[in-house]
Amino acid sequence: MENLLEVKNLSADIEEGRILHGVSLSLRDGETHVLMGPNGAGKSTLGHVLMGNPVYHVTGGQVLFNGEDVTDYSADKRAKLGMFLSFQNPLEVPGLTLESFLRNAIREKTGQPLKIFTFKKELEAAMELLQMDESYATRDLNVGFSGGEKKKAEILQLMMLKPQLAILDETDSGLDVDAVRTVSESIRKYQQQMKGALLIITHSTRILESLHVDYTHILVRGHLVRTGDASLVEEINEHGFEKYIEEEQKQEQAAGEVR
Amino acid sequence: MNEQDVRDIDRSLYDFKDDESDFYRIREGLTRETVLQISEEKHDPAWMRDFRLRSLEIYEALSVPQWGPSIEGLNMENIATYVRANTDMKGSWDEVPEDIKNTFEKLGIPQAERESLAGVGAQYDSELVYHNVKDEVAAQGVVYTDMESALTGDYADMVREYFMKLVPPTDHKFAALHGAVWSGGSFVYVPKGVKVDIPLQSYFRLNAKGAGQFEHTLIIVDEGADLHFIEGCSAPKYNIANLHAGCVELYVKKNARLRYSTIENWSKNMYNLNTKRALVEENARMEWVSGSFGSHTSYLYPTTILKGDRSHCEFTGITFAGEGQNLDTGAKMIHTGKRTSSYINSKSISKSGGVSTYRSSIFIAKGATGAKSSVDCASLMLDDISRSDTIPAMDVRTNDADVGHEAKIGRISDEAIFYLMSRGISESEARAMIVSGFASPVSKELPLEYAAEMNNLIKLELENG
Repeated sequence: MENLLEVKNLSADIEEGRILHGVSLSLRDGETHVLMGPNGAGKSTLGHVLMGNPVYHVTGGQVLFNGEDVTDYSADKRAKLGMFLSFQNPLEVPGLTLESFLRNAIREKTGQPLKIFTFKKELEAAMELLQMDESYATRDLNVGFSGGEKKKAEILQLMMLKPQLAILDETDSGLDVDAVRTVSESIRKYQQQMKGALLIITHSTRILESLHVDYTHILVRGHLVRTGDASLVEEINEHGFEKYIEEEQKQEQAAGEVR
Repeated sequence: MNEQDVRDIDRSLYDFKDDESDFYRIREGLTRETVLQISEEKHDPAWMRDFRLRSLEIYEALSVPQWGPSIEGLNMENIATYVRANTDMKGSWDEVPEDIKNTFEKLGIPQAERESLAGVGAQYDSELVYHNVKDEVAAQGVVYTDMESALTGDYADMVREYFMKLVPPTDHKFAALHGAVWSGGSFVYVPKGVKVDIPLQSYFRLNAKGAGQFEHTLIIVDEGADLHFIEGCSAPKYNIANLHAGCVELYVKKNARLRYSTIENWSKNMYNLNTKRALVEENARMEWVSGSFGSHTSYLYPTTILKGDRSHCEFTGITFAGEGQNLDTGAKMIHTGKRTSSYINSKSISKSGGVSTYRSSIFIAKGATGAKSSVDCASLMLDDISRSDTIPAMDVRTNDADVGHEAKIGRISDEAIFYLMSRGISESEARAMIVSGFASPVSKELPLEYAAEMNNLIKLELENG
């Protein structure tokens, strides 16, 4: 089967320096991958680079989505192809209601006029599953939302936009135990009913408890040091990242000697 | 914005100009003779002719304000203060000359009248060319007419009693200029207890090159009455300066309510030195909604005198300064009655080197006990070369006033644009959404068609450059 997402030897930098070093990974349609790593490893950066955040400069490598080279595509073009990024810190947009934003986004994405009735039904159902009060639909996007509400609003967008691949950047951070459970349930629905693929970026494992995981990747200081199956999550849970931090240092030393 | 289709807007909507070959045009410059000539053309009563001449003397004695944006590019020697198309005022669009009617058709005025207005006045250069009020509104006793008719008609005494009493010619140089050469504008009287359900509108179009427009708007909303009045303005662009020095005087009597909405879209060679003032009596309510998009330079600070006890005023305004524009706008609140309250919500946007200044003044007089005032102003700069300033002044002479001020100046956030783009929205659309969102407290206050026009203007500004 062809890969849905293929990251080939991707390097990226930002003004302060290089932050991704030749990262490669591939993900097939419908699969769930987890990207773990210590703080500052570049996990969020990878998520943003995959989505095309212009703050980062790709200095090498390629990103293929459904076989199409999207490395130079703007974020809206990637979204239209079926990519989605749930933000760790969703932005506030005063004067733009969540509902009006969703309608616009769906219209832009599909290029079709919106079927208002279907949209309303779907929105209602998605909000109910997320245990979001319906008043949020008419509130300005993320303005005055608590951290948890913002994360729920991200997953609500995921449910409504139905991308083929969702990158979830630290969706569980800032959520209490109950909220993690609620959010996981929606993600599971996306995974199972919509057959959506996931790249879940996290440094904890709470959100993974009720989700099926196919592969786990470990990122340390911008290097992808290990790819394994779901059991890797358990291992990290017990032993932390220390072993992989050392591994990365050794690999770097070795690489240095070769150079 | 998002609910309407607002694409495919063409600047030519505002930029077309009509031939003025068969127009009556007074020669440029300002002398006693030109003022007398205007007075004669307009068949003024004697008191008005004397008023004009007195105003001219005051004009000559006063100096140009030094505290705001430069108006050096404005030379009165080059401004024709009176230009009249070859027509008189009509009560039906069919009778309006074809070219002028086409102008207003393009601006959507006849259509707006049919669909959503109780009455319309359309001024073309110095004179009104069309005026009409719906029968049912007229039957309520509402008077809506051009100033010239008002000056000699049934309400002549009322006009004389109120004309330029709130904004006397001594107020500033351009108020004096207005007193000397004013022409056109509207007179509205809403009798006691009458509530006008749908808005009245005046549209001011300045077609002539190197000309001035000096319309006078006088509105009296009598006790317990209710009115929404809308003014719109536009002009084609010329490479020499045009001047707008209108004057708006609003009287809101006991228990009455007046909402005065403006969408100003003068061309970018216009010096907009406009004066607007409202006097609000006991338990009455004044609401200003103001959108300033056009003009080269603007000085615009609608002023409200909260004279009556428990009177209230709300000002909601937005200013959008693009390339080459210096727009100095804001509001003034003067509290003299007891337990009066005022609220200012101002937004400004600057782009492509435009300068936008918010200037406000809150004055709470001695004896104006229990006053409340709150100012909330926010500025959004769309790039690094634009400028935004906030100059709020407060003078509080009571010891129990509740006064608040909040100011925010910020740039459009790249992260927010990326955020919207990551949902499939194009960059230009994302910018427009953020800017329209920023402006939404103002567009929410406008009737739907005007909110759509405002959002179109925002889009247009964002697309230019």
